[in-house]
Amino acid sequence: MNYVQTSPEPQLAPTPVRSPRGFGTLINGGANLLATLVLVAALEQALPHLMAWAVTHGVWQGSAGTCRHAGACWLFLREKAPFILFGIYPETQMWRPIAVVTVLAALTLWTMPRAHWTRWTLGAWGAGLMLVLVLMAGGIAGLAPVPVSSWGGLPVTLLLTVLSLALGFPLGLALALGRRSPLPLIRYGATGFVEVLRGVPVVTLLFAASFLAPLLFPETVRLENLTRALGVFTLVSAAYLCEVLRGGLQGVAHGQWESAQALGLRYRDVLLVVILPQAIRKVLPPLTSTIIVVIKNTSLVVVVGLFDLVSAGRVVLNDPAWPMPYAETYLMVALVYFVICYGVACYSRHLEKSLAESRR
Amino acid sequence: MTALSLTGIHKWYGDFHALRNVTLHVQPGERVVICGPSGSGKSTLIRCVNGLEQHQTGEILVGGHAVSDDPITLRTIRSRVGMVFQDFNLFPHLTVLQNCTLAPVRVRGLSEQKARDVACAMLERVRIADQADKFPARLSGGQQQRAAIARALCMDPELMLFDEPTSALDAEMVKEVLDIMKALARGGMTMVCVTHEMAFAREVADRVVFMDEGQIVEIADAETFFTDPRHPRTRAFLDKIPF
Repeated sequence: MNYVQTSPEPQLAPTPVRSPRGFGTLINGGANLLATLVLVAALEQALPHLMAWAVTHGVWQGSAGTCRHAGACWLFLREKAPFILFGIYPETQMWRPIAVVTVLAALTLWTMPRAHWTRWTLGAWGAGLMLVLVLMAGGIAGLAPVPVSSWGGLPVTLLLTVLSLALGFPLGLALALGRRSPLPLIRYGATGFVEVLRGVPVVTLLFAASFLAPLLFPETVRLENLTRALGVFTLVSAAYLCEVLRGGLQGVAHGQWESAQALGLRYRDVLLVVILPQAIRKVLPPLTSTIIVVIKNTSLVVVVGLFDLVSAGRVVLNDPAWPMPYAETYLMVALVYFVICYGVACYSRHLEKSLAESRR
Repeated sequence: MTALSLTGIHKWYGDFHALRNVTLHVQPGERVVICGPSGSGKSTLIRCVNGLEQHQTGEILVGGHAVSDDPITLRTIRSRVGMVFQDFNLFPHLTVLQNCTLAPVRVRGLSEQKARDVACAMLERVRIADQADKFPARLSGGQQQRAAIARALCMDPELMLFDEPTSALDAEMVKEVLDIMKALARGGMTMVCVTHEMAFAREVADRVVFMDEGQIVEIADAETFFTDPRHPRTRAFLDKIPF
């Protein structure tokens, strides 16, 4: 039967009935209602104790003695915060680690908007990192020299993170390309490197580095503890980044390589301008996870006697004048990590959204 | 001097003999259409011209330069040869305009401003100037393929290769792409085009090349090819094609 539409558009169907969404699901139906009630009851039991410990009996003022037989010893954190955050850095020079943290934070914030991603961005980071290292170490421009063994706390955590990611990323990319190489020697080499570094606990690598470095380098080269740890973190993050990037590279259609090459672009441009941006977009969520793992892994330097945030926290707990407020100290350290890692996660989510929008 | 000259080309994929003693010379301004059943080596042949595939024996000259695996020679040849792919292969993370300016800036060394001017002119030529600031995913298939043609034209190529440019398109978009290619042909562009669009071949081609099993079976001017094909395999092929 032939048919030609003659009347105007058919009427729109009525909008369907919406099932409850969001908070409505907390109380719809017996099972959900029961689960909600159980949870509320549990909170009702637990919260008062927690509040009593943290607030009602919490100690904010007084002296070390006030903390005995009381709730949370927040006073301790107020007293020890400089040490936890900046370690045994000389007190008169305390402005320097503070400046270092500020510079790194400012650089990070400045880099976040995509409009600031230009050819100068990398240069700014390079210059910023040089400045930060000079500020920490001193010895030039009238700054009193401070040995690496006196560095500690947040600047160490941040420096290890930023440097191991900055050095690990290009190395990881090279490894990812190596694992895709048609030349078997390069492919096996890259694969072996990645598998060894991934298959061994980072702690053992840190120990191995202190043992191996003197054997691998000539006697004239004496590597600082921190440099060795940085080397280990760089290699480990390169191994993990390699696998994430390799996944991304595999997700980019072969036609993209071909059409970029057919235009006469150099390999460098094909890779960095055409392929890599697409690859990174595809693996943003696992890339974020990897970065967060690298940040938190830096806390393992405790095993080679460096003072990052966590180990500085452990050290202050040994002060016999205080009743060892473990929970409070670790809460503070955890909070600093959480702020950094959650910030990274939020930024990645924002990027994901804004990149998806720009492709439509 | 010929625009493109292939002499005695052989290519193997492992044991598979993909191209067998292919010889073809294309004069400047000439339009050549290559047709033949799938798997006959048409795409492989034009992909050898800009080195996306490597031939094993024989010589390929593009504007007098021999195609080799030396990266600098290869880049020089590629910058002079435009290629349009079946799947468009636009860069999805760049706008249409950025797709068009990338290679002119980085390969030809044009200034950003000059590259933009050239790109706008070419996008005008393929009639999608109004889409310049959109990302490829926002465009229809036909528009994407026209953008890909504009991207190739921005390099001011001496020779354009088309690898089944309409095979991935919905039926209603084939014509808009073919119209652009016809206009390009009228403008005197040297073109080598692999296609199944026989009506297009008949209208535009100076010569039609028929390939089968990696060999050139017949080369004829378009009129002769479609009205009086000589080789039985060409006749058998044309009998199966509706046009």
